[in-house]
Amino acid sequence: MTEEYLLTGARPLGGDPSDIWLRDGRISQISPAGQLSAPDAELIDAKGLVALPGLVDLHAHLREPGREDAETVATGTAAAALGGFTAVHAMANTDPVADTAGVVEQVYRLGQAAGYCDVRPVGAVTEGLAGEHLAELGAMADSSAAVRVFSDDGHCVSNSLLMRRALEYVKAFDGVIAQHAQDPDLTVAAQMNEGKMSAQLGLQGWPAVAEEAIIARDVLLADHVGSRLHVCHVSTAGSVDLIRRAKERGIQVTAEVTPHHLLLTDELVAGYDPVFKVNPPLRTEADVMALREGLADGTIDVVATDHAPHTGEDKDCEWAVAAFGMVGLPTALSVVLATMVETELLNWQGVAERMSVVPAQIGRVNDQGRPLAEGEPANLVLFDPEARWTVDPGIFPGASRNSPFKEMELPGRIVSTFYRGTSTVRGGELQW
Amino acid sequence: MIEHLLSTADLSRDDAVLILDTAGEMENLTDRSVKKLPALRGRTVVNLFFEDSTRTRISFEAAAKRLSADVINFSAKGSSVSKGESLKDTALTLQAMGADAVVIRHGASGAPMRLASAGWIDGAVVNAGDGTHEHPTQALLDAYTIRRHLCGGSGDLAGLRVTIVGDVLHSRVARSNAWLLHTLGAQVTLVAPPTLVPVGVDSWPVTVSYDLDTVLPETDAVMMLRVQAERMNADFFPSTREYSRRYGLDAQRAALLPQRSIIMHPGPMVRGMEISDDIADSDRAVILEQVSNGVSVRMAVLYLLVGGSREGAGETS
Repeated sequence: MTEEYLLTGARPLGGDPSDIWLRDGRISQISPAGQLSAPDAELIDAKGLVALPGLVDLHAHLREPGREDAETVATGTAAAALGGFTAVHAMANTDPVADTAGVVEQVYRLGQAAGYCDVRPVGAVTEGLAGEHLAELGAMADSSAAVRVFSDDGHCVSNSLLMRRALEYVKAFDGVIAQHAQDPDLTVAAQMNEGKMSAQLGLQGWPAVAEEAIIARDVLLADHVGSRLHVCHVSTAGSVDLIRRAKERGIQVTAEVTPHHLLLTDELVAGYDPVFKVNPPLRTEADVMALREGLADGTIDVVATDHAPHTGEDKDCEWAVAAFGMVGLPTALSVVLATMVETELLNWQGVAERMSVVPAQIGRVNDQGRPLAEGEPANLVLFDPEARWTVDPGIFPGASRNSPFKEMELPGRIVSTFYRGTSTVRGGELQW
Repeated sequence: MIEHLLSTADLSRDDAVLILDTAGEMENLTDRSVKKLPALRGRTVVNLFFEDSTRTRISFEAAAKRLSADVINFSAKGSSVSKGESLKDTALTLQAMGADAVVIRHGASGAPMRLASAGWIDGAVVNAGDGTHEHPTQALLDAYTIRRHLCGGSGDLAGLRVTIVGDVLHSRVARSNAWLLHTLGAQVTLVAPPTLVPVGVDSWPVTVSYDLDTVLPETDAVMMLRVQAERMNADFFPSTREYSRRYGLDAQRAALLPQRSIIMHPGPMVRGMEISDDIADSDRAVILEQVSNGVSVRMAVLYLLVGGSREGAGETS
């Protein structure tokens, strides 16, 4: 199947209107608007739309194998395409856990079969996510899935020695450990951010220090062994501060923030609606502001969704028994527009770096996060920043509806997504 | 007047005083030989108890029956926590049975609010204790008891000094009392070891102290909270003996209280731990009276929420 498109009047990274010709899976040519002629190409009117390189998510839960009732690789990558992504990293906490070459290859192939975007499986750091013994990291790295990001996400690699070993070991294949920073002893039965709201609501607190203490230890370990460390879903002002200082010292640490932590606070827990239950928990307004500032100044390198689908029965219950997590792929770019662009903290260049270029670099994903330039792979998204939409999780591709943004009006709409030259989304609709 | 009773923070001063005044009328009724009002005849009140609490359930049951309501006791031990029937399905079942009010006791904080707001049922929801969140009718009966002893049985609690002692962190009684007593004009002091005071308490309308002895001489009512067994070996304090020495109310400490002060406990007590035997049985202790006032207060709550007098109540508030 050869697809050929001429996108007319698009604004690459919000710049001047240009025509972009996609052919043979690559960007064949880019010229100022009105100067290109491609007689065999299908014309797509992209007037006024911002063109960004296809987004790359470093952190998503696609639930397959094991919880296909919540999400599958096919529905999760469809949600990704709807959100403008052309690559997603699939976290390892599946059932069975992605701690062997067999499982990561299965997930990788399911992604290829679905065809919406690259699926980069994340390998577990420890066997069964149990935090006791290293999983066969090298086997996963050498598999066809070519795993480079390793994480026990959902669990912290809390044992200091094991964390040190993991950081050291993955240097052999240019891997990175993505740490879920949560001191387990400080967060036994934790339900929400510890502070004013938890005191009032009588819910067990998840203190900021439980995240910060692990980050402090891990940056020192990374420094000591000269390894790359990636910090998942940073959620507190104190974490931003620690990472900023680590970077100043030249430590190889990168960090991500989720869209929900850029917008929502723990005040929302007041109604005990488990759709707001997430790990790490929603924090305070001061934390939200510090995260935005950290993302703007580059302390936090990337936005990652931590897309975490859950079935109705796992959320339509009392708070304490509800599952942690929120779906986030379809809404990510809109939330970043609302929190970072409309607030003038980031321009489109900055958005492209934090949602495409840098996540691809951290994950060592070839052919993603590339510039919008001739000869580059045709992974790109067309986005209407003027549009407004009211979030209706009912239209999301997967079975899960747990969006904390439900019924919220958000700015910006994904109009088209192209993955290796194939149109996966057009007019805001999936193409298959 | 409010539609559900989920938290005492939702009560205005006038709402709270109305409930206490109504409870006073209910109490007069219980002195009569026929202790029954027809107010809730034909209405169904469900006691939905996911946790064992014979005391609270019996109190609500007596209250509803004295108002002539039909009472269904639904003891749902083994909630969705232990993978039994979910709260949602239980609620839908009650809705199908036509419950006019659901009195819910649940181990999970916020379960009553979920019940009231998730769209599962139409009836009024009364929180009979949820996790470590709130226990509003306990606070109301405490306020009622204090008012009777120290305020002549009417009005609010303006200027009174109430001290709440013990495991504030995990206590739904402490939370409900903190909001309600403040709303009624009392000055609330919480006394506990620092490990049992929640982070974030600075946003509460209370004073916090770690030293019981300095607070007692300026206390009109002291409320001792139960220390639950599961906290005793979780290093919130070194030993039960040390807790008792520092935060227990014994005769020597009780002597520090002003003459007319009263001693309260929501029960069940751990005698010898938070309160000594002789003090629990002393004249200043109003612990059994709290129990009997509980019925009157719960009658008032059910009457005001279910009794069709919402219009009238709305005018007062």
